[in-house]
Amino acid sequence: MALDTADYRRREESITYSAEPAGQGETHELLTLNIGPHHPATHGVLRLLATLEGEVVRDIKPIIGYVHTGIEKTAEDKAYWKVIPVVERMDYLAYYFNSLAYCGAVETLLEAEVPPRAQYLRVIHLELNRIMSHLVWLGTSALDLGAISMFWYCFREREKILDLFEMTSGQRMHTRYFQVGGVMEDIPRGFEAKLRTFLADMPNRADQYADLLEKNQIVFERLHGVCPLDAETLLSLGVTGPLLRAAGNPWDLRKAAPYCSYDHFDFKIPVGTVGDNYDRYRVRHAEIYESVKIITQALDGLPEGPHITTDRKIALPPRHELATSMEALIHHFKLVTEGFRVPPGEAYYPIEGPRGELGCFVRADGSAKPARVHMRDSSFVNLQALTPMVRDSYLADLIATLAMLDPILGGIDR
Amino acid sequence: MPDATELELTAHELRDRNAESILGTDFGRGDRAVLLVNPAHVIDVLTALHAKGYTFLASLHGVDYYPDEPRLGVLYELLDMQNVDRITVKARVHTDDPRIATATGLFPGADFPEREVYDMFGVVFEGHQDMRRILMPEDFEGFPQRRDFPVGGEPVLFTYNEETTYGKWS
Amino acid sequence: MEIKREPLNGLTTPSAITAPSDFRARQLQARDMLRGDLEGEALERYVKESVLTTTVEKAVAWSQGNSIWPLTFGLACCAIEMMSIVGARVDVARFGWEAFWASPRQADLLILSGRVSVKMAPVIRRIYDQMLEPRWAISMGACCSSMGVFNNYALVPADKFLPIDVHVPGCPPRPEALLHGILRLREKIHGTERDGWRERYHAVGTEEVLAEGTSASDAAINVFPGGDTAGA
Repeated sequence: MALDTADYRRREESITYSAEPAGQGETHELLTLNIGPHHPATHGVLRLLATLEGEVVRDIKPIIGYVHTGIEKTAEDKAYWKVIPVVERMDYLAYYFNSLAYCGAVETLLEAEVPPRAQYLRVIHLELNRIMSHLVWLGTSALDLGAISMFWYCFREREKILDLFEMTSGQRMHTRYFQVGGVMEDIPRGFEAKLRTFLADMPNRADQYADLLEKNQIVFERLHGVCPLDAETLLSLGVTGPLLRAAGNPWDLRKAAPYCSYDHFDFKIPVGTVGDNYDRYRVRHAEIYESVKIITQALDGLPEGPHITTDRKIALPPRHELATSMEALIHHFKLVTEGFRVPPGEAYYPIEGPRGELGCFVRADGSAKPARVHMRDSSFVNLQALTPMVRDSYLADLIATLAMLDPILGGIDR
Repeated sequence: MPDATELELTAHELRDRNAESILGTDFGRGDRAVLLVNPAHVIDVLTALHAKGYTFLASLHGVDYYPDEPRLGVLYELLDMQNVDRITVKARVHTDDPRIATATGLFPGADFPEREVYDMFGVVFEGHQDMRRILMPEDFEGFPQRRDFPVGGEPVLFTYNEETTYGKWS
Repeated sequence: MEIKREPLNGLTTPSAITAPSDFRARQLQARDMLRGDLEGEALERYVKESVLTTTVEKAVAWSQGNSIWPLTFGLACCAIEMMSIVGARVDVARFGWEAFWASPRQADLLILSGRVSVKMAPVIRRIYDQMLEPRWAISMGACCSSMGVFNNYALVPADKFLPIDVHVPGCPPRPEALLHGILRLREKIHGTERDGWRERYHAVGTEEVLAEGTSASDAAINVFPGGDTAGA
């Protein structure tokens, strides 16, 4: 079946384009350049329509939706606990965060208690996930700046984190480890020792990354003073996370509105000063150290107790009870066939993801399936800041800025 | 989070400014404070809340309340960063010709989320500079997130049905 | 079983070959052969010792299969796992497939790593059309093979618009799984592909599609004649 290319053009007719050349004479000619959706430096299938004057970007328009998966629609078609693996695939570098935002919203609606051990286990995995996400960001961003060896070093450490995820849940990505009411399983034997080895190793590795990058004049010139944006503009555009913190605003939901027992831990919020690309890099790099600190404290103070709520209406009974207890069997059957019902209501549960505020809105109508799941993905909102960032800078700086923005297209398009 | 009393006080204050703006309040689980507003006056309410300190629009999303009427809802999750306070503004519109004023003048960050609500629910934000589909292709028909839109999907090609299933490449 | 090592066709032993003087002599002999100066018994012996005969197709397939340039093209979650096969642990460079190329005109292999939306499908087809023959496509992960967990309005399976050579299952597949898929594709390019589990377990007669001239009654239980699943 051959595709009609003329038809393909017609579909895009409505993308009107208006550049705003600020104070340009008539001798200057503007060039519209299409970047993407298949371009190695767009971190996915992002499409950018750039208006250039020579090599200077005068305006840029992001076009998204190339990996729109309809996850929110699919979630309405599944029982509550079967939605977790679906929402995990939105922002595919922050899968623990996605599932926590969703589970937290459902727990709010159910008014379910999460045992302290489960909360600590959640924190351990969330922060490991944050390090992993920043490692992938660092590796691919360095690749965009021309430093290919960083990619291998970062992916080496990423593999170690994925090994830890595999130990607890059996999967490398999209682990579905968080459940409504707790976590799926307790950590296995040997996990703690392996995690401690990793925690001892990681700060040294992060030091090495800094040595590799920061003493490199090319990297410094490409990042320092490039495409800054002040905190007020970022806030008006809804931008949160490392981008906002790089501009000097220490807004972090882990401190501002602690969830999941984040108030038990002692950690700092790295902030930048001017909000240029160098600050964005430094803030994320410093967050790796802080995450290591949080994990160490959570592992030291890991409380004893159940790893999931004992409410049998929400969580599956332990496997050994099925052989002896009729009630357990009934609960198991009800949960597996229908799932649990959630009383009608709405909840919005915001958490601090690796890229900013990640909020999940869940509307329950009393049945066993959610009536609406919406994820406020930070990349989706943050992408709006790209245009004011890169306006009137060079095209090469656009690539560097896009890398430092850290957009995850799966999260943007959902 | 504002408690139930504070929410009522806020609602009274907003009614004093504009008697028709607030249709009701709802205080739910997880300390969720919701102001149900008249869609014609939503910008009025948002401006007043912005002046009160709710300067950050955390999220803007649509909901389909099928079979309740009016079916569609547009929810603004506002955040006061000084007092770490959240409040939700909800406007309900009917499915036939759903229209609501844009909030991009107040919150420039509402640009993409409003386009997404238009794409998924068909709510037209009047005054928005670029009211086009954002996620679906330009020529897509229908609004996929509405409850009466089918989930869709296609039969999977296996060796036994690839001759009969539509769309086998050749 | 007894294993014996003996020189092939009366060839000299390896140590003798590596002797410098002998090496020089063989070089001169080869030059004579190319010039057409070699004849008679010397030519006969040279051909017997040094020439490996094969078909052009096999030689081309051998070189193609061992030096594939995949396209730098990531779609979603699987793209991250696709990136990690270049990393130190799995290291696809062992097989000569590590040169990820950004331009479709120079790439041989399209790895569809992630979900294909209705908006992206024409773009992918266009990229595939831009690639030069010979070209191959791997569908990585459940989403682009069968739409996986998201069987909904927004997605389209890759088989609908693209000839896929190898499907790699998983959500997302481990890097090792993708490597296995790549090696299977290499076998396919070399023309030495295997039947997979049917061959391993001698499961003859379990094919879903009947071979020419066999009747359904002769075949195994899960054969649906003419693609008819009503009897399943």
